[in-house]
Amino acid sequence: MKSATGDAGEFLAELPDFGTIEVTTPVASLRGLSVRAFLANRLAIAGLTIVVGVVAFCFIGPLVYHTNQITTNLTQVTLPPSLHHLLGTDDEGYDVLGRLMVGGQNSLEIGFAVGLLAPLFGTIYGVVAGYTGGALDSLLMRLIDVVLAVPTLFFIIFIGSVFRPTLVVLILVISCLSWLSPARLVRAETLSLRRREFVQAATVMGGNTTHSIRRHLVPNTFGTIMVNASFQVADAILVVATLSFLGLGLPPPAATWGGMVAQGVTYAADGYWWMLWPPLVILVLVIVAFNLVGDALRDVLDPRLVSR
Amino acid sequence: MTAYLVRRLLHALVVVVGVTIITFLLEHLLPGTLARGILGPHSSTAQVAEFNRQNGLDHPLVVQYLIYVDHLVHGNLGRSFRLNESVDTVLAQDVPKDLVLVGPAFALSVLLAIPIGVLQATRRSKATDHVLTVLLFGFYATPSFAVGVLLLELFADKLNWLPAEAPQSTTVGGVLADPAGLVLPILTLTLLGIPLFSRYMRSSAIDTLAQDFVRTARAKGLPQRLVLLRHVLRNALLSVTTLVGMTLPGIFTAGLVVEYLFNYPGTGLAYYDAATGHDYALELGITLVVAVAVVAGNLMADLAYVGLDPRIRLAEPK
Repeated sequence: MKSATGDAGEFLAELPDFGTIEVTTPVASLRGLSVRAFLANRLAIAGLTIVVGVVAFCFIGPLVYHTNQITTNLTQVTLPPSLHHLLGTDDEGYDVLGRLMVGGQNSLEIGFAVGLLAPLFGTIYGVVAGYTGGALDSLLMRLIDVVLAVPTLFFIIFIGSVFRPTLVVLILVISCLSWLSPARLVRAETLSLRRREFVQAATVMGGNTTHSIRRHLVPNTFGTIMVNASFQVADAILVVATLSFLGLGLPPPAATWGGMVAQGVTYAADGYWWMLWPPLVILVLVIVAFNLVGDALRDVLDPRLVSR
Repeated sequence: MTAYLVRRLLHALVVVVGVTIITFLLEHLLPGTLARGILGPHSSTAQVAEFNRQNGLDHPLVVQYLIYVDHLVHGNLGRSFRLNESVDTVLAQDVPKDLVLVGPAFALSVLLAIPIGVLQATRRSKATDHVLTVLLFGFYATPSFAVGVLLLELFADKLNWLPAEAPQSTTVGGVLADPAGLVLPILTLTLLGIPLFSRYMRSSAIDTLAQDFVRTARAKGLPQRLVLLRHVLRNALLSVTTLVGMTLPGIFTAGLVVEYLFNYPGTGLAYYDAATGHDYALELGITLVVAVAVVAGNLMADLAYVGLDPRIRLAEPK
């Protein structure tokens, strides 16, 4: 890699740093370069490590650390951390460390499911709108404008007040309201992609619509979708937390990190710090981690932002 | 410009009508009815039927919707059965109180976010930038209610500097008479807003710093301070206008949580009560007001953008 500031002379060195333009020779594939750029981003690696670590903690942890997370134990409430309960117990006698694991399973399952469903549906919607264009496109986009005009939480509170929240209901409701931004992003990309030479060439050579969409449009919007998906996971986990605080989260004995935080804050004044801080810290860590990964993906996949 | 204005206004109108249709349908098609909400879960079928007949809830949905729209056009948003007040009255009471809460918080967070974002951009990929990024992400990642409760815990409980409850007065004047009670809700909202805005500010400033005119300004020997002030900041202000439109839904969301937490009698809290109590009219009324605010915010942001950015004006076809 050679710096392109060149030999322009001393006075350039005096100037503040504009950043340098990196000239790379295309030795590796774009994907190879992306992976390398991603791995070179230390924050991204930190984020990925946290995600993997927390997933392992939640799903493998209970195999090692056995706790009862179904029935309450009112003789063991709000015990401080001890050898018997590493992070103490909560106001219903559940072991906090064990609850972090099962609560994390629910939070992560909701997050990952929404992160999968919302971009998936958004992609289909966006590609259809962008590719067909015309009246259908206008109609589909106005529909998005309408739903976006009402803050998501307003809809969710309304639906949450009608249906008894279960894991599946929460996933579906949040997904139903989260596909809008990926749909818009994918539509915009589709609009520009379908006029590119390589897509038109495919059409000229006899490729039909399905072929163009499958082989050219969707793969090329994949980067956008991946970035969006990582933010969606984080946002879904946060929305569930807010719902729990408003009393519309998963009913007991099920737990989520957000629910645990909501429960913990009500005891904030009583000094039961082990009920609040462990779920809050793990929640914040995971959300930050997913955002770091998303940001890094965006940096890697958007050539304009490659470190200048 | 006129054609553009007309097109955008029509667009806004379509969106608002769409919102009324969707909200109306959702409320009437999903289980849970106003009658049960008012008469209680043990009311008899006959009582429910009588209630529905009296309030026109037995008409076909389309008719109900048209009646609703007719009232709407005449400025009548309906009647809240739970509060036994007209929705217009409730909104006239609550919306100004929202502005008292959200307005200063919004202004403060933008004012703080601009320097933070510009600082991050000038120190891009250096320690300052990384530390601030992680710190702001941390704030962004903390559930809004937790930020509020922790502030409450610190300032109201431990230090006893500020009251824990927001002003409870029904009038704006009454709310303003108790400024101490407003501090914590506004502070919470401000802290929630900063990471939202500074992120945009950072990328906007990075974009600007990479522009040719900044290079030219520097080549001419303009000191960093003036480059930032004259070029970067001015362009950052441009993106503030877009932000106003983009972040309005998020502001209403945060407002709802903060109002619920501090028991501040604004539209957010009213909406929560209306939604959980199947108070259709009020729920619909608030949704409509919020949607109109969001649409109007976007519209104004777009127009301001066209007005402020000469490049867009030139690109606009006649």
